[in-house]
Amino acid sequence: MEISILFFPLIASIISGFFGKHIGDRNSEILTSVFVSISALLSIFVLYQVVFNQYEDNIIIATWINSGSLDVNWSMLIDPLSAVMLVVVTSVSSLVHIYSIGYMSHDPHKPRFMAYLSLFTFAMLMLVTSDNFIQLFFGWEAVGLCSYFLIGFWFKKESANAAAIKAFVVNRVGDFGFALGIFLIFYLFDTVNYSEVFQQIPTVVDKNLFFLGFEIKAIDLICLLLFIGAMGKSAQILLHTWLPDAMEGPTPVSALIHAATMVTAGVFLVVRCSPIYEYSPMILNLITIVGMTTAFFAATVALVQTDIKKIIAYSTCSQLGYMFFAVGVGAYNVAMFHLFTHAFFKALLFLGSGSVIHAFKDEQNINNMGGVWKKLPYTYSLMIIGTLALTGFPFLSGFYSKDAIIEFAYLRGNTTGYYAAGIGIFTALLTSIYSWRLIFKTFHGQYNNKEIDINETHESPLIMLVPLVILAIGAVFAGFLFKDLFIGHGGENYFWAQSIKFLEPLSTEHPPTWFVLLTPCLVLISIPIAYYLFVRNKEIPKQIANINKPLYNFLINKWYFDELYEIIFIKPLKKLGLFLWKFCDGKIIDGFGPDGISSFIKKCSIKANKFQSGFIYQYAFIMLLGFSALLTFLIIK
Amino acid sequence: MTDIGLGHYLTLSAVIFSIGIIGIFLNRKNIIVILMSIELILLAVNINLVAFSIFLGDIAGQVFTLFILTVAAAEAAIGLAIIVVYYRNSGTIRVEEINKLKG
Repeated sequence: MEISILFFPLIASIISGFFGKHIGDRNSEILTSVFVSISALLSIFVLYQVVFNQYEDNIIIATWINSGSLDVNWSMLIDPLSAVMLVVVTSVSSLVHIYSIGYMSHDPHKPRFMAYLSLFTFAMLMLVTSDNFIQLFFGWEAVGLCSYFLIGFWFKKESANAAAIKAFVVNRVGDFGFALGIFLIFYLFDTVNYSEVFQQIPTVVDKNLFFLGFEIKAIDLICLLLFIGAMGKSAQILLHTWLPDAMEGPTPVSALIHAATMVTAGVFLVVRCSPIYEYSPMILNLITIVGMTTAFFAATVALVQTDIKKIIAYSTCSQLGYMFFAVGVGAYNVAMFHLFTHAFFKALLFLGSGSVIHAFKDEQNINNMGGVWKKLPYTYSLMIIGTLALTGFPFLSGFYSKDAIIEFAYLRGNTTGYYAAGIGIFTALLTSIYSWRLIFKTFHGQYNNKEIDINETHESPLIMLVPLVILAIGAVFAGFLFKDLFIGHGGENYFWAQSIKFLEPLSTEHPPTWFVLLTPCLVLISIPIAYYLFVRNKEIPKQIANINKPLYNFLINKWYFDELYEIIFIKPLKKLGLFLWKFCDGKIIDGFGPDGISSFIKKCSIKANKFQSGFIYQYAFIMLLGFSALLTFLIIK
Repeated sequence: MTDIGLGHYLTLSAVIFSIGIIGIFLNRKNIIVILMSIELILLAVNINLVAFSIFLGDIAGQVFTLFILTVAAAEAAIGLAIIVVYYRNSGTIRVEEINKLKG
């Protein structure tokens, strides 16, 4: 049964991808949606088993690599961690499949789209159920590949192709670190299976290695390299640039891949490797700092963006930052909790924004929207729920998970912890402001679109709304229902069991009351503030922007990261590439290689051609010469 | 006055052979001259054969010469026939213009 969770999406993908033309658009949509939904139901059942019966298993599907001491199985590891991920991945994926039937209704390549979605689901399941680093890496690359396919799905759009390549290339940077990390693990432990590696970790705590001329603790190096991989996948600062561009893909893709599942793979990786990270406080601090910076950075950028999907993309980036700093302060379970709740409300927001985009006939600029909340009542209310959940409105899911992160950061009790908590609270405020800005600009105020009449905007079909409703239910209740399970204190039936390791148990104290109340209060206050700024008195934000022109430009240009990379990496690399192409490849390799040889042969054959006069007497003469020469040679010899 | 010996015959034969060869190569005009040159070569060979036959006292060489003469006659007939046919087809038997092998 567990294996069928894995294979249903794969089979659906193969059928829809290769035989989509034969079975028709509608059939392949139904087939993939049904198959992925079945695997979602099975995953929920597995989670049920894990929660109530402490079910754990490692199902070996096949031996993959067996070479010397490298022994890799294709396996399906069921433990609390992977069971949670299974549910997140398959449930969001199945809802996105269903939603896509409506959203892609005008697209001519439906079977291909559905096949990619299912293939992605399969790859993501491979990633989360792996019991070794190699299969993890396989899934890691496969989701990256599917992400590439799906970002560039509208291959006729040049910007989509560029974004797809960018996503792929930026991820390569992270993957390079990740691969090095795996090599190092194999070098040190002679195995890549989690259980064996984690068992041996305490033996190498004091081991030092030389890396790039620095002496560094082996365990720090492993953690650092794995974290670089996680940064790439989870769009952490420095390697985040691909995520906003990835919004070129269809919106369901953004919801599934770039919000709920793939980008959380980095968080999953670090949580999965908690038995390693626990021994490396230095890298944990680094993770905290990176996560915190990302959360803050992305939130500030989201404040000024005007593309509805990019705002949500930066919001995702920011929330991923939260997850990382939860991991960094050692609260792995809280990070998983936030991952879990975030999947619901962020998918909801993305699908909701897809519904808005659909209503406005592919308009994405929030300045060209507004005033349509009466026209799109369902989308509007669902988006409100998503926003409330995201901002951490009391008793919705984001409230439990995000506040828990901030509290645990505070309880960590060291400088980075306090610092992270402070930034976390400030970012929560920013999150609230930009989220409400999005809502108000999209749905309130006056109607700003000149292209289409307000009466032409229409509510999305039922098939798009039903997944939204289900996600909204998740966004409202997931936090409340799973709070005790995910981040409840210890106890006999401790949920995470062996899948997450804590070197020392998490603090069970409660932070002071004022601290607990601070974030929700800020969030509550921000709603009227945002309403005032973005609906009532629209001049104020403009004035603020005008007064702080440099700051505004800094934010709207996304902290100039793209420009910086353009100068530091892309231009020199382009020049280098041009040099290698024109000079090394063109002049040297081709000059002496294929081109040189071919032109030499051409010259020779032109010369040789002259012998070919066609006059028999000349041929005969040459024959005679040859014969005489041979004879002379034989005689002299 | 010295006796005419084997050496003289062989020299004569070599001279005729060379004339034949040179006739083939240096001839630019007429294909019939080539045919004649080939005949000369064959005759040179015949002289060789007869000379050796006398020198060694073996009659086989002379018998061979007779055969070669016959074959040469046949060859000349065939060669001339080819030239006639060629002339009919291309309207010339000038050596410089026979270069269809060039492709």
